[in-house]
Amino acid sequence: MKSSVIVFPGSNCDRDIAVALEKMQFKNKMVWHKETKLPKSDLIVLPGGFSYGDYLRSGAVAGKSLIIDEVIKAANNGCLVLGICNGFQILTETGLLNGTLLRNKNLKFINKDIQVKVMNNETSFTNKYKKDQILNINIAHNEGNFFTDKNHLQNLKDNNLIALKYCDKNGKTNSRSNPNGSLENIAGIFNSKKNILGMMPHPERMVDELISNTDGVNLFSSLLN
Amino acid sequence: MKFSVTVTLKKDVLDPQGKVVQNTLLNLGLSLKNIRQGKYFEIEIEEKDQIKAEKDVNEMCKKLLANLIIEDYKINKLQ
Repeated sequence: MKSSVIVFPGSNCDRDIAVALEKMQFKNKMVWHKETKLPKSDLIVLPGGFSYGDYLRSGAVAGKSLIIDEVIKAANNGCLVLGICNGFQILTETGLLNGTLLRNKNLKFINKDIQVKVMNNETSFTNKYKKDQILNINIAHNEGNFFTDKNHLQNLKDNNLIALKYCDKNGKTNSRSNPNGSLENIAGIFNSKKNILGMMPHPERMVDELISNTDGVNLFSSLLN
Repeated sequence: MKFSVTVTLKKDVLDPQGKVVQNTLLNLGLSLKNIRQGKYFEIEIEEKDQIKAEKDVNEMCKKLLANLIIEDYKINKLQ
């Protein structure tokens, strides 16, 4: 499976995701944001970081960069697209995903391992997980507070497009297990065709027992499935 | 021609930064009812025709300066 990681000035999780992809046997290429052509890819990853220093709004400038037109075209043709953290913010700024990520409710940058629950395991990204499986996974963001309008929220619920929700160790989703104020504890969403996933947690940081755990592995093996 | 653009969070969107500023002002003994934080831009453009120029600035707001899901914007002509 061929993957492309888009690199923006200020991306800082691009190497981590490349290491994770290569470990999982993806044939990966790094693509600089000024490129106007994408290599043939089955998966495009928009990595975490602080593209363009988060100027204007997180992801706003990256969402209008040269390579993005190609990413949008590929996504509309069914290519799998994964946006992690800043990548999720970029996806909302391009319009490939609806909604937006506001400043964390407590105004603090949050970097910690938390729990999320897999809400839909019947997608290209999550088929190796069990439904309601709880993952221990790292978040590291300042703007992760998911917000959207009532219609979109209803649409997400009706069509099973919520990928992940923040929860506690027992799987409970409530305000106490919500780290950043996200609407209904939402940590990740799909587009309507489920070929695009935007998520705030970092699966690429959870692929090796030596440094963390392997709860992120199944996301990548789902993609290979 | 010169315009100013003010971008603010929509009424229903929580503005935690504004809240912190509000609380700090209250702590300073300054009374106020409510405060909302926003962004301010000054834009100079070559276009001489005001209607066309305003249209251009409007486009800039829609395409980049504001995120219309959560933000409103106001355009003012300065010069």
